[in-house]
Amino acid sequence: MRFEGRVWKFGSDVDTDAIIPARYLNQSDPKELAKHVMEGERPSFPGEVKRGDILLAGKNFGCGSSREHAPLALKAAGISCVIAKSFARIFFRNAFNIGLPLLESPEASEVIEEGDRVRVDLSTGEIYDLTKKRRFLSKPIPSFIQELLRDGGLIPHLRKKMAKRKK
Amino acid sequence: MSHPMTLTEKLLASHSRRKWVSPGEILKVRLDLVLANDITAPLAIQAFKEIGAKRVFHRDRVVLVPDHFAPAKDIPSAEQCKTMREFAKVQRLSHYYEIGQCGIEHVLLPEKGLVLPGEVVIGADSHTCTYGALGAFSTGVGSTELGAAMATGEIWLRVPETIKFVYHGKLQPWVSGKDLILATIGAIGVDGALYRAMEFSGEAIRQLSMASRFTMANMVIEAGGKNGVMEPDEVTLQFIKGRAQRSYRLFRSDPNARYEQILEFDVSKIHPQVALPHLPSNVKDVREVGKVEIDQVVIGSCTNGHLEDLRIAAKILKGKKVASTLRLIIIPATQDIYRQALKEGLIEVFLSSGAVVSPPTCGPCLGGYMGILAAGERALATTNRNFRGRMGHPESEIYLSGPAVAAASAVKGRICHPDEVIKRKT
Ligand code: SF4
Repeated sequence: MRFEGRVWKFGSDVDTDAIIPARYLNQSDPKELAKHVMEGERPSFPGEVKRGDILLAGKNFGCGSSREHAPLALKAAGISCVIAKSFARIFFRNAFNIGLPLLESPEASEVIEEGDRVRVDLSTGEIYDLTKKRRFLSKPIPSFIQELLRDGGLIPHLRKKMAKRKK
Repeated sequence: MSHPMTLTEKLLASHSRRKWVSPGEILKVRLDLVLANDITAPLAIQAFKEIGAKRVFHRDRVVLVPDHFAPAKDIPSAEQCKTMREFAKVQRLSHYYEIGQCGIEHVLLPEKGLVLPGEVVIGADSHTCTYGALGAFSTGVGSTELGAAMATGEIWLRVPETIKFVYHGKLQPWVSGKDLILATIGAIGVDGALYRAMEFSGEAIRQLSMASRFTMANMVIEAGGKNGVMEPDEVTLQFIKGRAQRSYRLFRSDPNARYEQILEFDVSKIHPQVALPHLPSNVKDVREVGKVEIDQVVIGSCTNGHLEDLRIAAKILKGKKVASTLRLIIIPATQDIYRQALKEGLIEVFLSSGAVVSPPTCGPCLGGYMGILAAGERALATTNRNFRGRMGHPESEIYLSGPAVAAASAVKGRICHPDEVIKRKT
């Protein structure tokens, strides 16, 4: 799986209240959530982000609550993947489960800048900054999680498994 | 061959048919209980249906609690509660708690004896880690996984490395579990225990009440932790007596178990703590906070809405008035705590002081309702997160503390040490 897009850069310890504040959690329609994504950090973000764009952050991205609404909102807003120095653990699981790929690369998180165009290859974990012409390698994604992503998330993955079992 | 294990490793091994496990291994783990609330359950139920599941794995082991935006704060919230209620009915769940018997999930479940030592529990809520105080493994997950777990009663988990935290010495006056955990998060940072198990031990932990232990385990997520655990002891057994309705197992860490790191704290040096905006790790001794005037104090939440917390607050508020510049909101965590507080005269003390007492709910803790902050307002809360905008407007500020500092500050109108309000008997 490959993606290419513009980079939006954020700092460290971006929490789930910043990604999607709880006042919007009285419903769970991804399209509605996307209208407010990252609003706490940067109010203009929901209007500016484009399909395929890449989000870049520092350490501990997605800390705080277990709300799956956070990766859902990012995905529905068009974010193709998130690159960070490290991720909070529940966010990490949630993102893969709903089919939003994450890549851990401390170096990429430092070097890549806002507005750069970046290409990502999930199968090799390669991150290529087209603007700076620099290559980074992320921590490899475990194979069973790659399988999840290929199927489109945990639900389609389980459905496929269940169908196989019935045969 | 013997293989020494930590408490967390033993809990996971016992639920994956393994003699022993080591950090880094990925296991399929059998679950004793799964939990969701009115915000996370609707998505979990959707996932449950989408994978084609028909029945939950065990109708006594799936718990649904409407607590975040319940009693429903608006129409969409009412719809979410309704989705949950109908699912509970169709699946004939034994543990759906309607408002009136309900309360904040992480205080309610132990109170009802639904989580016991030796068990493995997941919840679609990040503070599910609270139950580690009982000697159980518990952690938060997202809705999709919870939906799948409702169907299968299983989940994959990576065995975490354990960091051991040892607390020595005698507690200072007014210091409770909240101050110890704030001091700990202050020391290691908001990702200081990322993906790790936090094991709390030492004689100072043994001296803590069950409420204070829950408070500590509750906030391991604020250090990025996967779970927090304490070895069960007399205090634990006393707590579950009369509540436990099924058998349970007591595990302890082996003396030569391997820890990634061991950190020691002298609690006699820990005075009441305050976390400043906008991170729970931004911690100071209350005496070093300076003059910070506040608009609102909230005493409640899964962290500090226990009966013991209300007793501490009442001790300070008795015969005193809340500062005229400030609003005090007190939220007993469950219906039983509310009733007991009423019996003990605590509610009378609160009302006389000028506080408002809310029915059990998460309410303002996550910026839901029942005390939202306007731009520029400043709150002191006994909750667990002070992220920007968590309690309302993005330009509001949240300070965190235990119940003693919160109650004293409500009287003074600014953040203060309880000694400023109440003379200590020496
Ligand atoms: S009281 Fe606050 S932290 Fe606890 S479960 Fe409710 S919203 Fe979450």
